[in-house]
Amino acid sequence: MASGYNVTALKTIWIKECTRFLRIWVQTLVPPAITMTLYFVIFGSIVGERIGDMAGFSYMEFIVPGLIMMSVITNSYSNVASSFFGAKFQSNIEEMLVAPVSTSTIIAGYVGGGLARSLLVAIIVTLVSFAFVENVQIHHAGILVLSVVLTSTLFSLGGLLNAVFAKTFDDISIVPTFVLTPLTYLGGVFFSVSMLGEAWQWVAKMNPILYMVNAFRYGFLGYSDVNMVVALAVIIGFNIALFAVVYSLLERGVGIRT
Amino acid sequence: MKALSIKGLRKVYKGGFEALKGIDLDVEEGDFFALLGPNGAGKSTTIGIVSSLVNKTAGSVSVFDYDLDTQLVELKKQIGLVPQEFNFNQFETVTQIVVNQAGYYGVPRKLAHERAEKYLKQLGLWDKRNERARSLSGGMKRRLMIARALLHEPRLLILDEPTAGVDIELRRSMWDYLEKINKQGITIILTTHYLEEAESLCRKIAIIDSGEIIENTSMKRLLATLNMETFVMDLAPDQAKPELQGMVSRQVDDHTLEVDVEKSAGLNKVFEQLNQQNIKVLSMRNKANRLEELFVGLVEKGRQVKEHKHG
Repeated sequence: MASGYNVTALKTIWIKECTRFLRIWVQTLVPPAITMTLYFVIFGSIVGERIGDMAGFSYMEFIVPGLIMMSVITNSYSNVASSFFGAKFQSNIEEMLVAPVSTSTIIAGYVGGGLARSLLVAIIVTLVSFAFVENVQIHHAGILVLSVVLTSTLFSLGGLLNAVFAKTFDDISIVPTFVLTPLTYLGGVFFSVSMLGEAWQWVAKMNPILYMVNAFRYGFLGYSDVNMVVALAVIIGFNIALFAVVYSLLERGVGIRT
Repeated sequence: MKALSIKGLRKVYKGGFEALKGIDLDVEEGDFFALLGPNGAGKSTTIGIVSSLVNKTAGSVSVFDYDLDTQLVELKKQIGLVPQEFNFNQFETVTQIVVNQAGYYGVPRKLAHERAEKYLKQLGLWDKRNERARSLSGGMKRRLMIARALLHEPRLLILDEPTAGVDIELRRSMWDYLEKINKQGITIILTTHYLEEAESLCRKIAIIDSGEIIENTSMKRLLATLNMETFVMDLAPDQAKPELQGMVSRQVDDHTLEVDVEKSAGLNKVFEQLNQQNIKVLSMRNKANRLEELFVGLVEKGRQVKEHKHG
């Protein structure tokens, strides 16, 4: 159980993280709103009308949950990666290292910051989507919230892992560009995997982001390409594994102590 | 009680460089302690290990009897660190920096704000409390790091080159402040390149070179070992060049003479010779390089001993 000083330290890191992304809101909150508006206009309205229904829903209804999840993934990852690497780069990570802040508190504080930013972005993108979708329905609020929180936590941990190993600012843009973006695009944001042949379906199901997008879509529409228990188990499993890796690295001082 | 106790401390960096070769060091509670050494001697590595920024290879460290390996949380609470390089977030305000640091030590936010006011006022930064750190001058940034280190009210303050790049006036005011808080009971360990700083502030001194402690004693005792003093004499103009027998002297320019005098010999013989040569001395002062001479001498001696051993 966390002792008193760690609760105060956790609050401090979280407030510091939120202050950071709110201070630079033009870089952190505005771009996802603009990008997603463009997606809604181009893919939803212009292209979507020609595509027709997908899995029994209008194309716009189908892609809204995926696009929200895409924003969550990108923002939680980049928030933690850039903030933690910035703290390493300016050496102000030392402020925490000399203090009696436990490794799990540091992780929780940064993940909390990633969660706050990505959930705020999710709300903004959802509000934008109201302009394009007439009836926004919520099929299962519990799974909706659980999937978005767990996914944000997972990618916040991913951003932290990236920042631990990063030595230059370039190093924190390589993973989002070459790994996250392709996996997100192939993760069923814009299409149902049931449209793919059997072999490609099998390949698609190797992509963990598919489970996150589908769990979130199930929360909104009640439709998923994958079993919900399997989806949640995959997300929880990745969270546990990634936390263990990050905890072990930070505890040993990898990337932060000499 | 010992504020700091180091035993057999070793640090070997990746690549095999041995920065510390098993040093022993004790600092008593209430001391004002100087840790001196040339660049790369192991000062910052020692401080890094004590403040848990650097992992040690072997040995033990305790701070006020709290062990680094088994009581790390308690040990960290005792220490306030003022590092050599500015290591705060340049985009945060002065208040944010000090209040956040207090938060990491578990100081509740309300109390942290009260202490921030106290220490920022003491260090002359209160007017700058809402300024971003990057807009502060170098001297202000140094004082900010001292305020930050004090906010959780540590018993041991470690300062790594605290006055580097600080002008003379500000340096003096920082010395006064450090002496004041030392008198209030905070143990202070200081590394510095300004030997004058160590001489005027510190009561105890250790000299480290190539990862080994080569001297560890009181400042008085160390200075007492110096048996040679240099005097600078201002001579009246248009006189013959003085020639002193049986002692080392240097004519720096037409009207400045430097004379090295053994403490036991006294100055009478110098003046006797100058009188005989009708040299008029207008004024005289002691050349303030006592610790510097000692320091250079000790480091040189240590290296010669090592060369002899390995040679």
